[in-house]
Amino acid sequence: MKFDAPAGKNLFDNARIVGKSTRRIDGPLKVTGAAPYAYERHDVIPNQAYGWIVGAGIAKGRITAMDTSDAEAAPGVIAVLAAPKMQPVGSSPFNYAPLFGGSDVTHYHQAIACVVAETYEEARAAAALIRTRYDRGEGTFDLKAKKSTAPMSGEPKTRGDFDAAFASAPVTVDETYSTPGESHMSMEPHATIASWQGDQLTLWTSNQMIAWSKDALAAILGLDAANIRLDSPYLGGGFGGKLWVRADAVLAALASKETGRAVKIVMQRPLIANNTTHRQATIQRVRLGAEKSGKITALGHENWSYNVPSAGDGETATAQTPVLYAGDNRYVAEYCARLDLPEGNAMRAPGEAPGHLALEVAMDELAEKLGMDPIALREVNEPGKTVPGQPDKQFSERNLVRCMKEGAELFGWSKRNAKPGLVRDGRYLVGMGMAAGFRGSPTMKSAARVKLAANGHVTVETDMTDIGTGSYTIIAQTAAETMGVPLDHVTVELGDSAYPASAGSGGQWGAASSTAGVYAACVALRRKIGEALGFDGDAATFADGKIVAGDKTHALGDAGAMSAEDAIEFGKFQRDYNIGTYAAHFCEVAVDAYTGETHIRRMLSVCDAGRILNPLSARSQVIGAMTMSVGMALSEELAVDPRFGFFVNHDLAGYEVAVHADVPHQDVVFLDTPDPAISPIKAKGVGELGICGPGAAIANAIYNATGIRVRDYPLTLDKYLDRLPALV
Amino acid sequence: MKAFTYERAKSPAEAAAAVAGREGAKFIAGGTNLLDLMKLEIEAPTHLVDVQDLALDKIEETNDGGLRIGALVTNTALAAHPKVRKDYAVLTRAIVAGASGQLRNKATTAGNLLQRTRCPYFYDPNMPCNKRVPNSGCAAAEGFSRQLAVVGTSDKCIATYPGDMAIAMRVLDAVVETVLPDGKTRTIPMAEFHRLPGDKPWLDNTLGKGELIVSVRLPAPVGGQHFYHKVRDRRSYAFALVSVAAILNDDGSGRVAFGGVAHKPWRVEAAEALLPQGAGAVVAKAFEGASPTEHNKYKITLAERTLAGVIAEARS
Repeated sequence: MKFDAPAGKNLFDNARIVGKSTRRIDGPLKVTGAAPYAYERHDVIPNQAYGWIVGAGIAKGRITAMDTSDAEAAPGVIAVLAAPKMQPVGSSPFNYAPLFGGSDVTHYHQAIACVVAETYEEARAAAALIRTRYDRGEGTFDLKAKKSTAPMSGEPKTRGDFDAAFASAPVTVDETYSTPGESHMSMEPHATIASWQGDQLTLWTSNQMIAWSKDALAAILGLDAANIRLDSPYLGGGFGGKLWVRADAVLAALASKETGRAVKIVMQRPLIANNTTHRQATIQRVRLGAEKSGKITALGHENWSYNVPSAGDGETATAQTPVLYAGDNRYVAEYCARLDLPEGNAMRAPGEAPGHLALEVAMDELAEKLGMDPIALREVNEPGKTVPGQPDKQFSERNLVRCMKEGAELFGWSKRNAKPGLVRDGRYLVGMGMAAGFRGSPTMKSAARVKLAANGHVTVETDMTDIGTGSYTIIAQTAAETMGVPLDHVTVELGDSAYPASAGSGGQWGAASSTAGVYAACVALRRKIGEALGFDGDAATFADGKIVAGDKTHALGDAGAMSAEDAIEFGKFQRDYNIGTYAAHFCEVAVDAYTGETHIRRMLSVCDAGRILNPLSARSQVIGAMTMSVGMALSEELAVDPRFGFFVNHDLAGYEVAVHADVPHQDVVFLDTPDPAISPIKAKGVGELGICGPGAAIANAIYNATGIRVRDYPLTLDKYLDRLPALV
Repeated sequence: MKAFTYERAKSPAEAAAAVAGREGAKFIAGGTNLLDLMKLEIEAPTHLVDVQDLALDKIEETNDGGLRIGALVTNTALAAHPKVRKDYAVLTRAIVAGASGQLRNKATTAGNLLQRTRCPYFYDPNMPCNKRVPNSGCAAAEGFSRQLAVVGTSDKCIATYPGDMAIAMRVLDAVVETVLPDGKTRTIPMAEFHRLPGDKPWLDNTLGKGELIVSVRLPAPVGGQHFYHKVRDRRSYAFALVSVAAILNDDGSGRVAFGGVAHKPWRVEAAEALLPQGAGAVVAKAFEGASPTEHNKYKITLAERTLAGVIAEARS
């Protein structure tokens, strides 16, 4: 199905199932432990051996010697794969840092060996017997030190004369913000079971993007992609960390080849931060110049980040800036240093998530300087119908002002004291903050197959993944709606590369694209049924398990078992639009006036994200992202030790994600604003919108509470303790 | 984890003798810290003597009106005990500020005292660490140290004792009661139980080889208002940046110990005598001679401010 023009009125405008809060159809499997995660798939292949990954003890240099003799002689050991004895594996467009093989080390905890044994414990014990000697090289690990020489990435996005406008603006903000590296830290670590049958390789794995990763693995291992099967029906989180093939999958495949056994490998938790990918740190300078009315005349945002020496972009924190606000004169630029840290790559809302932590705090600073309410300032700078500077690119749907106004009403924003540091509740300083949020809403081609049984049961097959997001359920809702059957007449099968290739889970495009692909396949099936029974499938009504075509009524299964496959292909017309999602985020905090501890009291996000396919699971997505925002704002940081070039706090004790006690009360409101430009279903994803802005709202609330502005994330108390009210 | 042998001891003296008589032997009780360290081979005992059958899980009143807490009393049971809640509230508050419900159900009183440091360099076997490998060096001193000790440190180690319970026990003048391998018993005041790193940071405490903790004795209640304020980067499931255990009397006098700042619970009696003068005087004295790093010097300010908050609450 080609989606070549904005959708007209269609069956989703009168939907009975799509758009209704629906419990996850995979929920009972998850809560009873019956949904097996990759490492738990004991039944897929017999005689599984256990692999253990050994990570490099240096960040840069060469392995000069590796003695594996004791490990090979240890009880239960089947094989030891030693990187210095093996050719480096290939690379793919999705991997920058080397995954395995050879003597060169380019990042800490790079996989340098894999021990395969009969049990997990034997593999682990033997791995500790490997003795490795290194020639440690000099590396560059400090973004701050490399900032001044980091080259610009691409061209700056300019408009008008920024310098002149900024110089002449009556009110200006010129501040620098920094955000640290962050780790996805999914509950489920990366894990894979690999097995070869002749030249056919099967991987039972935990992966967000099946089609990409199949091709990537073919490139990495030098195989024909047609000989690879990936299966990943359940994931315990991904957040971008599992968009790619990582060392667990590569080593499981190599170890299985070497041993002739199925081999299972889980990436040990202490390796994840340095071995896999991470969100890179940023240093961002934001310059805003405004008239006294609040109208922004100069909008400058420059971002310095990094990636590995061989390739890769930085964390592109200016991504939202050209779209979010009006402003005639602009200067937006990205710089990317080359550091010897681990590979940086996508993490939930790459670019925008840390970008909002700077831009939306700068807006708060500007509002204060202007003596304006932060919402009023944003309203003044709301662009018109088109993207600023791009008169041919219209916003398909944009309801940011409505988000802010409805949010203000719900949150009690009018009770905020605009003067900071004045609201006291016992020992606590109390404040409110808000931030706007924008995240693009891209689409990707997505295919599915829909099978109809003679009893009218519908089965959907697509390689789409459910990373905890609710894909199973929204796909079932889409198929049930289109085929006119109740939800429990639909079975959804996901994550297998044997199924038609979907958009996968990433970039907030999965929900919109994959449901549209399922719709396309359902439409094809309806036509096929119509051909068999002699009616026009597009004109007939499919409802309640029946088909009404003209004056005839058929049972859904009357034409017998059949299946249809199709893909949604998004047309060029979408380039005429900026299709995005918007939110207004609010937060109230209490800061202990003695200790500086920040206690979040309540949070609210009002989201403009198209038709909401399943308000229940969409809410879960957004509160999850709000929670991740709490970690981003207050505690998460991959601490770099620039002497050794590694992330020091590489486990869940040292890398502090938010816990329940940090997040007492969260509300989410969806405007439900169907967008005809995105897909026939007019729905958008929300998984990333929820992490674009809440962290800035927290920062602004802390400022409102204390009168202290900290521009270096995370906002830990050591950074402002000396600026808290004096002790009496 | 290295292969090890295992036995279950039948009496404290037998357990002590079993560990004393064997190179590389260790006790195991709840295992909440030891097993993690064994998986990383930071601890690699050759033999484990399991003490869980020793019936040391009682809390009993002593003749002088205090409490004797069995070594195997879980953190959960100790924190919930009615007399502890009533008369030793600082102890209950400290315990529930630590770990999680699941861990507190497994963690024992003695084991908690023996909890090892959480210094990230101690946990990474690629890094030099004098506590993990004697005389290998200290990566932390000039590394990422914002969690680490500011006072009582040495040039060989800036690790902290990470627990909460022991900070409260220090302020309560608890006494550790042990059995020695020869069957004799010994008492160790909490002040002398944990040691400073000095030249031998691999030694966390003053227990001898095979010496087994059988109980912890609390003196008779001392009254006063009890506080435990633990400051951390998130609101649960994190180790203290700084914690304050305090017992404050109406006349402004009291006792105070600090956690998260040293290799042991940090209580300086000469400093707490200054409590009537306020937090600034106490902290100035208690942290005299401190040698913080650039990363953790905030802890001294934080200790003062946390104590000031506690004093203010006591007065309100």
